[in-house]
Amino acid sequence: MTLRRYVLRRLALTAVTLVGVILAVFAMTRILPGDPVAVKAGTYATDEVRASIRKELGLDKPVPVQLATYVGNVLKGDFGRSTRSGHPVRDDLFNRLPATVELALAALLVGALVGGPLGIWAALRRGGRLDAAVQQVAILSAAMPLFWFGLVLIFFFYHLWGIAPPPVGRLATNIAPPTHLTGLYTVDALLTANWSALRSALGHLALPTLALGVAVMASFIKMARSAMIGVLDSDYILAAKSLGLSDREIVWQDALKNALVSLLTVVGIVLGYLLAGNVLIETIFAWPGIGYYAWNALTGSDYDAIQGFVLLVAIVYVFLNLAIDLAYTVIDPRIRLG
Amino acid sequence: MMQETLPQLNPTPGAGHSDANAAAEPLVRIEGLTIGFPDETGERFVPVVEDAGFVVHRNEILGLVGESGSGKTQTSMAILGLTRRPGKVMAGHVIVDGVDVVGLDEAGLRRVRGRKAAMIFQSPRTSLNPLMTVGDQVARVYVRQRGMNRRAARAEALAMLRRVGIAGAERVAGSYPHQLSGGMAQRVMIGMMVACGPDLLIADEPTTGLDVTIQAQIFELIQQVQAEARMSVLLITHDLGVVAETCHRVAVMQGGRVVEIAPVEELFARPRHPYTVRLLGAMLRPDRPSGDTQEPDPLPERLDIEVGGRRYEAVSVDAWAAAGVGLPMTIEVAPGHFVLCHEREDGADAAETER
Ligand SMILES: Nc1ncnc2c1ncn2[C@@H]1O[C@H](COP(=O)(O)OP(=O)(O)OP(=O)(O)O)[C@@H](O)[C@H]1O
Ligand SMILES: [Mg+2]
Repeated sequence: MTLRRYVLRRLALTAVTLVGVILAVFAMTRILPGDPVAVKAGTYATDEVRASIRKELGLDKPVPVQLATYVGNVLKGDFGRSTRSGHPVRDDLFNRLPATVELALAALLVGALVGGPLGIWAALRRGGRLDAAVQQVAILSAAMPLFWFGLVLIFFFYHLWGIAPPPVGRLATNIAPPTHLTGLYTVDALLTANWSALRSALGHLALPTLALGVAVMASFIKMARSAMIGVLDSDYILAAKSLGLSDREIVWQDALKNALVSLLTVVGIVLGYLLAGNVLIETIFAWPGIGYYAWNALTGSDYDAIQGFVLLVAIVYVFLNLAIDLAYTVIDPRIRLG
Repeated sequence: MMQETLPQLNPTPGAGHSDANAAAEPLVRIEGLTIGFPDETGERFVPVVEDAGFVVHRNEILGLVGESGSGKTQTSMAILGLTRRPGKVMAGHVIVDGVDVVGLDEAGLRRVRGRKAAMIFQSPRTSLNPLMTVGDQVARVYVRQRGMNRRAARAEALAMLRRVGIAGAERVAGSYPHQLSGGMAQRVMIGMMVACGPDLLIADEPTTGLDVTIQAQIFELIQQVQAEARMSVLLITHDLGVVAETCHRVAVMQGGRVVEIAPVEELFARPRHPYTVRLLGAMLRPDRPSGDTQEPDPLPERLDIEVGGRRYEAVSVDAWAAAGVGLPMTIEVAPGHFVLCHEREDGADAAETER
């Protein structure tokens, strides 16, 4: 069957991409400026110490051997050890990933659920005042510096009005994390009916979600609007109108579904962007995600950590794309039925 | 066949509409239709159809021909009130079964669309919703236009697919538009429109991009459903052979104007407008004997016409500016044969205008 061929080809492509990603990450750390040995050895190390560190890191071996070792380690799930935390990079990243995922999903939800309908609404009122207003909102939200917006939110909601909790982390300090199920505190708290944790988690999530959500909302407004306009201008909408179908029927039965199908790609792109962890937002809100971790790794020349972060993000991105493409095989008959 | 009983098939020009109903009020009457699009500055509207008029009688196939960009599609879309922004109808009336479509609100338009007039387009495959099965798309027409429940509508949709000559209707009903060939998709479109039970079917170059054999089948199908449902068809095409074979009357457009209308035999035998002459010449020229060494005469830009002792001239629309002509008028040069003309300066008194 053609669908099976398509899926198999897509999976094979994913495997190839993953190999490429690992090679690229390996190459990146060799090309990047800075010397891991110097960092690890410190300024006053003797040549012998340097040599032994070099040997310990495997940097004395020829590059192909280094590559083979690296690939082998990655396949075993060994991402190296962070010089800052002293823990395996893999553990660090996996401990921090849920925080980023939770924030990313929340921001995606806000951006998509507000931006998508706004864009579609604007398309339906194309050329009108509402359309112009929505486009202004999109321009504003895209132009707003994220860093500044995050601080403004903290200033008003925490400092001035005292509505939001202190912008530090995912929970109030006096509240224990809910039982670990998914790692997403809000979800875990909900599943275990831990209401105090849920309230605290939601409170801490609110401002960073708002900041990121408004930022990605611009993409959703723009893409939803243009997708919907493209659909509304298409031949089959004209034909549906000439059949005497009402605008309501046309919007609900024809236009929305087609526009949403093309919006799925945008969901993938935005989620990919969010899952990389936003350094600025995670820093401002002391959000213990992978973006914050990567920032610390970068400033602290924590090479294994940087390498591990880049690899993880790339892998997430590859699988996200795979998921989106597979989702299309379910919802789009043109792909499902070849 | 049923068609033989139709008055419109009567070869005598103009004598076809003795039917009291048809003579009383045609199905569609277009008068002074002017459609404009904004120019680059967006301040001024440039007409792409100007002062166009013709009628479509009940139960006839009217051909609409003319050069690319002459306004055929714009004119026919106006019948359904489907003029697309930023274009707009600037003047005129389009009266469909007694209702003026120009200026009609959406609710009114919805009563015209489908029931009174429906349209099939050049690209049947993109005219179907890619995410909905063919059967569902036909069925919802029955739900909408005939008030059927879903089950009855599905059954009717299957019957309609068979009626428009689709083999394996069940299978096709369950498939999606991208799985159909162009010819099949156009059959589905025709079925979908006929399902509405329209009085007028507009077919805008319905066979563009299809194989020649399929083209013939589609035209045959259009003729067949026209005869069965006793509806009118407005057939837009560039194929004058098809016009000669399928249409009862023909309207010719040039530069946004309707320049000539006549029963099909009359038009082919005695074209009076220089543009029509050119158009027919383009069709006939390949048939000329190859031994003909004589250079073809340059086609005239203006032709003299004399009716009832008054003198007019028909001028190719693209030569109007150069010729410095005034306002055009439509005159009847033979029963049912109308030509867009200008009065000659040496002509007689004010001529009676008629459309
Ligand atoms: N959106 C638009 N903006 C500006 N001008 C337009 C637009 N749509 C159509 N026109 C103009 O309207 C005129 C008439 O177009 P129309 O499509 O009715 O021609 P047509 O006779 O159907 O041609 P064809 O045989 O190529 O289909 C053309 O000159 C075209 O340039
Ligand atoms: Mg056209």
